[in-house]
Amino acid sequence: MSTQLVTERAALRRSVRTLAISALGPLTMAGGVAWAFLQPYRITLLHPHGQGFWWLVIEPPLLVVLVGVGFALLVAPGLIADVEEAER
Amino acid sequence: MEPPAQFVHWMFATGFLLLGLCLLAKAFVGEEVWNRRAWRAYLWPSLLFAMGVLMWPVMVFFTNSTIHMLAHGSWAQVMMLAGAAELGLVRGKLHSPYWRLTMPLALSVSGTALLIHEQNGWLFARSAFLHHALGWTALVGAIFPLAAVFRPRSPVWSSGLALVLVVVAVMLYSDRDVAPIFGHLSPVAGEQHR
Repeated sequence: MSTQLVTERAALRRSVRTLAISALGPLTMAGGVAWAFLQPYRITLLHPHGQGFWWLVIEPPLLVVLVGVGFALLVAPGLIADVEEAER
Repeated sequence: MEPPAQFVHWMFATGFLLLGLCLLAKAFVGEEVWNRRAWRAYLWPSLLFAMGVLMWPVMVFFTNSTIHMLAHGSWAQVMMLAGAAELGLVRGKLHSPYWRLTMPLALSVSGTALLIHEQNGWLFARSAFLHHALGWTALVGAIFPLAAVFRPRSPVWSSGLALVLVVVAVMLYSDRDVAPIFGHLSPVAGEQHR
């Protein structure tokens, strides 16, 4: 019985950790998208005419989304695999 | 072709955000799991070191007073020091865990430099407000990596540092060259930019 409880707790802890890691990227992306909706004028790609080079290249809400995408695609999958392997 | 200062702040904010996410994930999984893949172990210290290196051109091209230049120079040095110390620990060239004290040192030096080099009050303009807020955040936030040196397995202290870096990123993203703060903008601050 106690072994089963320990196993269940370990599984729960693992699922909470993997959920937290897999949520970091999407949450960051959601933050960037929310910012874009709150301040659409910051997305100069929507109205590029007459914008300078830096205004077109550096668009903060898109940078936030980019960080989220990068983390979700490059860091999170391997990390989740390693968490599962470590706790197996 | 030099970008206005606010764009540079947004680029560094992106770096701090990525740094914060990596450290948050590391706090969730623990150092052992995080360091299982070599590239991942080197990821955040390299990023911190690179941000320190990139701070030098910012110091050279974007500062318009001695105190401003010294502040940027001190940030460059402490970021490079903290990144290099962590790289040394990961690589195994450094052994003492006390090298991790370079992180609270970096935050306290950065916070102090931010507070000293801002000559205006909180509500002078948005950039002045952010200098004060960033300075105090860095100074108070230095407690987290300091405690983590002595309690390295505690997720509270590790995730605290990560969240401090995310907050720093949010504040840097809020920066504008000349903009009001809570409706206040000093008439001597200059004409408001978009």
